Amino acid sequence: MANAKELKQVLTGPIINNNPIALQILGVCSALAVTAKMETAIVMTLALTVVTAFSNLFISLLRNHIPSSVRIIVQMTVIASLVIVVDQVLQAYAYDIAKQLSVFVGLIITNCIVMGRAEAYAMKTPPMMSFMDGIGNGLGYGAILLSVGFIRELFGNGSLFGIEILSKISDGGWYQPNGLLLLPPSAFFLIGGLIWMIRTYKPEQVEAKG
Amino acid sequence: MASNKDSFGKTLFVVIGLCFVCSMFVSTAAVLLKPTQQENKLLDKQKYILEAAGLVDTKAGKLEKKTVIDTYNKYVEARLVDLKTGDFVEGNADTFDVEKAARTPATSFKPEHDIASVKRVANTGVVYLIKDDNKQLQTVIIPVKGYGLWSTMFAFLAVEADMNTIRSLVYYDFTGSGETPGLGGEVQNPQWIAKWEGKKLYNENGELAIQVTKLPTVAASVHGVDALSGATLTSNGVQHSLTFWLGEEGFARFIEKARNGGLS
Repeated sequence: MANAKELKQVLTGPIINNNPIALQILGVCSALAVTAKMETAIVMTLALTVVTAFSNLFISLLRNHIPSSVRIIVQMTVIASLVIVVDQVLQAYAYDIAKQLSVFVGLIITNCIVMGRAEAYAMKTPPMMSFMDGIGNGLGYGAILLSVGFIRELFGNGSLFGIEILSKISDGGWYQPNGLLLLPPSAFFLIGGLIWMIRTYKPEQVEAKG
Repeated sequence: MASNKDSFGKTLFVVIGLCFVCSMFVSTAAVLLKPTQQENKLLDKQKYILEAAGLVDTKAGKLEKKTVIDTYNKYVEARLVDLKTGDFVEGNADTFDVEKAARTPATSFKPEHDIASVKRVANTGVVYLIKDDNKQLQTVIIPVKGYGLWSTMFAFLAVEADMNTIRSLVYYDFTGSGETPGLGGEVQNPQWIAKWEGKKLYNENGELAIQVTKLPTVAASVHGVDALSGATLTSNGVQHSLTFWLGEEGFARFIEKARNGGLS
């Protein structure tokens, strides 16, 4: 069994040091789409964390039995099953949010973070560590989603979690919301900004110039 | 080890076994959760009916499930309408699936002037009658749908008992990708919805006159509603939905009978 230090590394590494969005530039599509509000960002984070953690767990359990010729298909089958179940659960217990997330829950199947972790980590690591790696990468994904969602909802709509923070002019307040922030392209700028900040703080993440 | 797990028999065994386990897992979840999901869909629809009728304020925060069901059962009466005659027909309108009926050739027809791209129309439509505590008819809700820019848009048009004054037009569902957020998606903006209140559907000659328009002079009139800027095709879709569903192949007969006192 892995020691505590390694566990901590697996769990917290993906938040800054090896962030799936900021360093590996994976899963950007959904990060653009679901970050207009904090609520959807959190639910999406949870959904992705659950899927990554359990797909890592199951694939790791099966790793000594998965034939290498069909390993990607086996991984996809596990991931797709988990995603469908998560989608069904959301539709049953969080209908409003499931409606807002619409296709993006289903698209977790194609999210490179899940596939990437399954192929790169779970295929050669014992189950518990793989599970933790899934949670860690979910947290890393969530850290970016929540930072972006925080800025977009606060300055785009003057609210956080739907609760008004800055009162908008249209509701008789003083704040003129920035409409651009509600549109997906704004997340490009914000994610770009975050990547720049992280790489200034940790210059070793900057790719070597070719 | 490698040769063993990569053998033909093992590969087949793993793949078939995995598919079996996964399909059991997925179908169990789907079957177990289905009742809750359907309940959610129904509840969601009822919530929008109440919103269109002005019976609940959805902006005030999350509505309790019980409040929605109680209010709905107390004030709303769903009725089936034969579109050809405009008469009520017997049947449980709450469980009637209009979309399913529209897909079945025996219970639907193909409209001649399909301006809203609805493809097929069920012979029987559902309307919702909203009555107050004294059983007086307050509002009639007519479901309309039509193609916008990206999706079929479903809405409830709430009309006062005179069958002419609009109370509200609430878009509640989009199939497909929905309309562009911030542009066509603004059909759900409360400020735009508020523009419909008090507008009249028909002119003095009884002709359908409601118009989604870009012209400020028309928009200021009693029959005009300001179109959504940046969303011409969605606005056209709204206009076409109304024209179609209030027209001869929609609820025109029903509305005519209702205006002549058929509901009271």
